[in-house]
Parts: sequence; structure tokens; C-alpha cells
Amino acid sequence: MDHSIIIEKGIFIFIIFAITMVMAMYSTLAERKVAAWLQDRIGPNRAGAGGILQPLADGLKLFSKEEFLPDTPNKFLFVVGPAISMSVALMTSAVIPWGDKLHLFGKDIILQATDIDVSILYVFGVLSVGVYGIMIGGWASNNKFSLMSAMRAASQMISYEVAMGLALIALLMMSGTLSLREISLQQHGMHWNVFYQPVGFIIFLICSFAETNRTPFDLAECEAELIGGYHTEYSSMRMGFYLFAEYASMFISSTIIAVLYFGGYNYPGMAWAIENWGVNPANVLGIVVLFIKICFFIFFYMWVRWTIPRFRYDQLMRLGWKMLIPLAIANIIVTGIVILWADGKF
Amino acid sequence: MSIQAMSLSGRKKEVSNKKMTFVESLYLWTILKGMMITISHLFTRKVTIKYPEEVRERSVVYRGQHSLKRDEQGRENCTACGLCALSCPAEAITMTAAERLPSEKHLYREEKYAKVYEINMLRCIFCGLCEEACPKDAVYLTESKVLVPSMYDREDFIFGKDKLVMPLTQAMKNAQLNNAN
Repeated sequence: MDHSIIIEKGIFIFIIFAITMVMAMYSTLAERKVAAWLQDRIGPNRAGAGGILQPLADGLKLFSKEEFLPDTPNKFLFVVGPAISMSVALMTSAVIPWGDKLHLFGKDIILQATDIDVSILYVFGVLSVGVYGIMIGGWASNNKFSLMSAMRAASQMISYEVAMGLALIALLMMSGTLSLREISLQQHGMHWNVFYQPVGFIIFLICSFAETNRTPFDLAECEAELIGGYHTEYSSMRMGFYLFAEYASMFISSTIIAVLYFGGYNYPGMAWAIENWGVNPANVLGIVVLFIKICFFIFFYMWVRWTIPRFRYDQLMRLGWKMLIPLAIANIIVTGIVILWADGKF
Repeated sequence: MSIQAMSLSGRKKEVSNKKMTFVESLYLWTILKGMMITISHLFTRKVTIKYPEEVRERSVVYRGQHSLKRDEQGRENCTACGLCALSCPAEAITMTAAERLPSEKHLYREEKYAKVYEINMLRCIFCGLCEEACPKDAVYLTESKVLVPSMYDREDFIFGKDKLVMPLTQAMKNAQLNNAN
């Protein structure tokens, strides 16, 4: 096997890892800033210019706090819970196409850690494992609030994965591939999937909120009823891992929304840019465009969080099973009919 | 008028419990409306006052840290009569009186003056009764517009004359202002 590909991918994975971490870090600041702005405040502004060093200060604080271990029957699971959450949140980024390709050192470098044919299945598989982090952590905390939160998180994630998967099937019927890179390439030239699958997009978006445990579906950690839920018993950087994982998964799910429905790294006039500016500048701009889309969706997550209150648990279940799943199935049927009609089968 | 029909704010709204339609029960439209409201707040003026750099404007009757007044010639008004200490509901004020020497005529207005005048700022409730009780116009809470700062030791909160008596320069300035008027 060629050694250069290992180095190339290694460097690339390292960069993605760093970017994910930085994005997650600054999402915490962005969350506080957006919350403040939407409430007519100005938010944290003491650490660095305009509060730019706030995430570092928060991290330092979490690192230096006492690491408390509750009287739990299984210390190993208690430690492993946040680790699962964190690694799962970071693993998903492996299959995301961050850009088309760069022509460097006399060869084409594809801006994707690995282009497997079943990228979407991989993403779904890894995301489903994410609930184990919460489940194990909540259960090992030996605290009834944490356990309740873990149960809620598990049932919520399982319920919404169904609707999410069904919404995605309609998309896959159109694209005919499971590879995220292929899906990105198909959306070239403003053929963004959101224009063809608006209902599917809305279902997917709502389910993403549920999957990342964000308001209005943050029943797993509702502060008022469950005093923080599954991370009640956690302190120090273990707690930081949970919080960090939440923001990392928010970043990843924003990325997936952008790649699946908003054209990924494609932007209007990309073909023209490749012709006139060359491959590298055009594709670098593509990466920037992808990150702008991601940032918008991260902002969107926060915007929704600071607008609407949490659903009641029965409302959550009703919305998932009685509204979104029938809607997603109807969307699949309509998509199928339209595809057949477009092929002239009728 | 029945209590049901009464509206004090004029914004009363009848609550209806009618069953939601399928589209309504997706909450999408109402959520969108709510989001439009919050996004409009992103661009409104922020109400935050960045405290140490910026200080909120105080009302004219704001009662802050006490100041012991001087007259137009810069002499202390206080004659150590003790009425402020007597009126103080929190018993925050203590003082020791002394007789003025002939050489100190330029320092104190009356023959008797307060050698020690201390207010315990932890006991003080800033009610302003000392200001009302004072027959010599000597103690004021409404003038300084200063908050008592926070400190680490309880002893530091006992403010003596060094912190309470208004600076001579300011007394001079006030006198000039009065003359100009």
C-alpha cells in the first residue's frame, strides 16, 4: 500500500479533528452570545476582546475542577459514558465531503477522510450508538433523575430515528446512492435537494433537533425537572466531555443537513469559477461556502433554542409517531410516484 | 361588571380550547412566527450597562454613600450633636466630640466638632433618616451618587472621616457655583 495516502489522510483527519474541536468550542461561546443577543443582552465580553477567549476560560475551569465520582456500582461504565458520547460525535466527520478536491503536489486530493459507499448508513449507525453514551452515563450515575433522563433520551432518539430514516429514504430514492460524496456531486449547479425534497428536509431538520437533544426536544437534560439529567452526577472534564459532545454533534448534524439538502460545498456559479479561477481556488471557496452553511445551521439551532420552550413528553411522542412518521411515509409515496411519472412509466 | 368581562390591561384575549388541525399540530407556523420575533431582537438596542466602565445614571434622590458637608469657606458643618446617631434605626453611626481650639477656626464651623465620625456601612440601611435629623446640614446621602464598594474585610466597611468628609476642592467648587448663581 502506498505510504503517501496514509500520511495524506492522517493529516486530513487531524485537521478535521482540530476543526471539529474548535467549532464545538466556539459553539459554546456562540450559544451564549446568541442567547444574549436574542434577549437584548450582550453576553460574555470579559475574557479577551468581545469574549473571544471565553471557551478557553471555560475549558480551563472544567479541567481544574474536582473530579467527583459518585457512589456508583460500576465505575468503569461511569467513566466510559462520556467517552462514548465524545468519540461518537467525532467519528461521524470521517465520511463528510468537506470539499470537492484540491490539486496539490501533482495529484488530486479528495477532501474527504474516506469515501465509503454507505456513508449515510455509517452516519446513522454511529449516531445511533450515541445514545449509549447517554444511557450508560445516566445509568451508571446511580441517580434516579439521571436514569429517567437516560430512558427519555433513549426512547426519544429511537422514535425520531425512524422518522429521520424515512425522510432520508425519499432523498435516497432520488439520488440512487448512499455515498455522501456522490450526493454532493449530484447537487452541483443549484440542484439542491431542498428544492426537490422540502417536506423531507423539514422532517429531517426536526428529527435532527431531537437526535442532538436540543430544545425543543431537550427532555433528556431539562434543567427544571431533571436537574441536568444524565450529567447531573458528572463533574470536571467528564461533564465537559458531555457538553462538548453535544456541541460537536450539533456541528456534525448541521454539516449533514448542509451536505444532504443544501448542496454541500456547491455554490451558485461553481462551474464558472472552476473554469475561470482554476480548480484550487474554486474548491477552497467551496469549503468556505460549506462552512458558512454549517454556521448558519448552528445559528439556526441556537435561534430555535432561544425561541420556543420544551415539548411535554407526550407531545414529543405524538409529534414523532403520529405526525412525522405518517408525513415521511406520505413523502416517500409522493416521491416514488413523481419519479415514476418523470420516467414516463405512467 | 362580571369578573370574566373585566380587562385591566385592555389586552385580554379569549382562550379557546378547540381541537387543532393536523397542520396546526405540527406547530410549524407558530414556531416560525415566534422565531421572527426573536430574530427582531437580535438587532434591537442592548440594555446591558457594562458596569465598571459605564455607570448607570442615578436618580436625583438616589441615596448612596454618605458625605459630610463643608460650608462655603471649607469648614466642616458637623457639630457632633449626635442627632444622626440617635435617629439611625440601624445604629450604624458613632462619633466622638471635641472642642474647637482657637487655631482651628478655619477648619470647623461651630465650637464643637466631631473628632471621630464613623459609619458602619454594613449596618447602614441607607434610609436617609440621619440626613433628615441633621440640624446643621452636615450629612447627606443624596449628594455623592457613589455606591459603597465591596471589600474583603468587615473592618474596612467602617468608614471614618477620611472617607466621609467631602474633599476641600469640591467644597470650593460648590462655593464658586453658589456665588455665580
